[in-house]
Amino acid sequence: MFLKKLATAVAITTISTGAWAACSFDNGTELKSLSNSFDAMKAVTEAMAECGNVTSTLDVDFKDKMPDAFAANPSLYQIGGVSQGTMVPLLNAGTIRPLDDLVAKYGTHLKPSQLIKVNGKIMAIAMQVNNQHLMYRADIFKDLGIAVPTSYADMVAAAKKMQSYNLVDYPIGGTFKAGWNLGEEFINTYLGNGGEFFGEGNTPSINNATGVTTLNTMKSLTPYMDPEYLVSDSTYVQQQFQQGKIAMANLWATRAAAMDNAEESQVVGKVVMASAPMGSVRAASTNWWDGLVFATNMTDAQADAAFRVAMEGIDTEMVTANNDAAVWLIDGFVAGPAAAGAIATANNGAAPYPSSSPGMGAMHTALGNGLAAFLNGEKDAATALADIEAAYTITATESGLM
Amino acid sequence: MNQKTFFAFIGPSVLMMVLFIALPLATVLKQSFYQTQSVYETLEVETCSPTFTGQVCVKEIKTIPIIGNNGKVITQTNYVGLSNYQNVLEFPRVIAAFANNSWHEFMLIDFWKALRFTLTFTLITLPLVLFFGLLIALCINNVAKSIRGPVIFVSLLPMIITPVIGALAIRWLFIGDGILTSFLEWWLVKDISMFAQAWTIEFMMTFYRVWHVAPFAAIVFYAGLQTVNKDTIESAIIDGASRWQKLRYVIIPHLMPLIIFVTLIHLMDAYRVFEEVVGFSSQAHVISLQWLTYDFLTADLMGNRSIGRASASSMLTMIGITLLLIPVLRGVWNDYKGKRL
Repeated sequence: MFLKKLATAVAITTISTGAWAACSFDNGTELKSLSNSFDAMKAVTEAMAECGNVTSTLDVDFKDKMPDAFAANPSLYQIGGVSQGTMVPLLNAGTIRPLDDLVAKYGTHLKPSQLIKVNGKIMAIAMQVNNQHLMYRADIFKDLGIAVPTSYADMVAAAKKMQSYNLVDYPIGGTFKAGWNLGEEFINTYLGNGGEFFGEGNTPSINNATGVTTLNTMKSLTPYMDPEYLVSDSTYVQQQFQQGKIAMANLWATRAAAMDNAEESQVVGKVVMASAPMGSVRAASTNWWDGLVFATNMTDAQADAAFRVAMEGIDTEMVTANNDAAVWLIDGFVAGPAAAGAIATANNGAAPYPSSSPGMGAMHTALGNGLAAFLNGEKDAATALADIEAAYTITATESGLM
Repeated sequence: MNQKTFFAFIGPSVLMMVLFIALPLATVLKQSFYQTQSVYETLEVETCSPTFTGQVCVKEIKTIPIIGNNGKVITQTNYVGLSNYQNVLEFPRVIAAFANNSWHEFMLIDFWKALRFTLTFTLITLPLVLFFGLLIALCINNVAKSIRGPVIFVSLLPMIITPVIGALAIRWLFIGDGILTSFLEWWLVKDISMFAQAWTIEFMMTFYRVWHVAPFAAIVFYAGLQTVNKDTIESAIIDGASRWQKLRYVIIPHLMPLIIFVTLIHLMDAYRVFEEVVGFSSQAHVISLQWLTYDFLTADLMGNRSIGRASASSMLTMIGITLLLIPVLRGVWNDYKGKRL
């Protein structure tokens, strides 16, 4: 019986890879792609696979593998999915190729805003924009007569009110996992308060009044969060939302569609998207773009095939089928309710993630490692910030930036 | 055996050890005194990228690495003496902490925080592993022969599981409203968060490690139990020795070399505790020396790694293991000399 099922499953898989109906050409070149793992990227890689001979690796730890994998000759992957942050090491190492000729050949339909240009050369093709914004349980907010929060103080006030009703386990959710996530939370809020990360010559400049305010804001949320917030990443918070355990969170726009996925979510139709809370200057969030890059270390024939396959992956057909999975930059996208929060956040002035600052990598790591000690209560805000600056200084001096 | 045959036999393994152990170690030692930097240039770069409202182009002065003619980033490697070790050990902060007479402040410095956990972890798990290993071995030895095979198999299962997978399994049992946390909450009628503070995480790590390693100790001890001299046991029984006295004065002395062997292996293994930190993602609360090395090696968003500090930290780990092993090895050596005399 089991064998029979297995055989049927194998047969179905073969059929589905055999049917390349949605791809306009039959790809004969063996191609591999490496990218982050989220719904939008899944949609794109599945659309690429329809052309045949494409193997995609979707891995949340892709950024640790990518620089070395692309530096190999020949490169281990031909296509890479990156954001403006993860593109930088590839760009700096020269392991991604300029795309001007390929765009002229196969990409004339691309919108100008999709072309990422560095010194005039097209280095990547963007497919979507992304940021973190407020998602909240509209049903609970309505029942309790609470207005939609527009600042972190509002969120805390709403959480306080909610706590006495015992409607959810924890009023606030947060992607506070120590490491990259926690660092990102600080960066969002600090930029929202108008902070600057660096002074002259890549020196750190976070140990200031804005930094302390930011830390205190972050800490003011934690009493209303799952006590295990220091191990909660985006996927964990998304699941808490879907299981009805939390009532509001600043979460990635790419996670919005999952709230209405009836297969996973118990809160279908109840979660509404709004702008990220305002800092003192702008919305406390950062704007990101995601897109595709192509390895330098491959033959031109491979590059040709890889680019054509990628164009099939990010075509209008794919967008129509997955409209709510992301805020697409591609033709055919219709902004629905899932995208409302991301767009409102952008309209409230959210800054782009400052990936162009050369010290940002070291700063993000130092923040991610150093903030937990403050939230744990082991250090006060000023000490935590001073220690983060010290850790950054060691790394930046070592790598030659300072 | 003449000398020629002897060298023919051990030659290949000596060669392997030089090639795969000694040489890499020497390289790491060398790297711990050097720092490699990219050569940077500062120039104006125009970057055009999409926003929610369309494309924005910005011109910025940026520090970027220079790419050489071979297509690789130009780097320079400098001898920096002990600077990597200083950056890991952070002595000025240690001195400041001691000047303030503050253990708390001392424990905020990464290396020393990691050392504190690594040492307590190693020294707490060691006696537990020996105790439970012996207990399991004695149990196996005393069950009926007919079911001994299956019992051995079942007791070995924890050892077969890949360490990271095992750690993740424990994590999923306890994180959030995991099955076991829910059970504890129901039983104790109390809200429990196992991953919210350091001591519960350390407790789970210790539990996991003992669970994982005790079978190894057990199988070694069980093998040893098969060689216990039956006559000695019988005479002990005739002399009226109790069960405990038999264990204390006959079996344990007989197993002593094996106990030392397991101790050595466990000290070396436990001092390199790593899977638990990664599996439980405990870095906000608990870190170990091996994790610290890993963290130095992890590339940041710009692709930079602290190879020098990572090398220094692994050398320090090795020194730590050696220091831990010395007392045990000295005991063995004295014993050996005593027997020869």
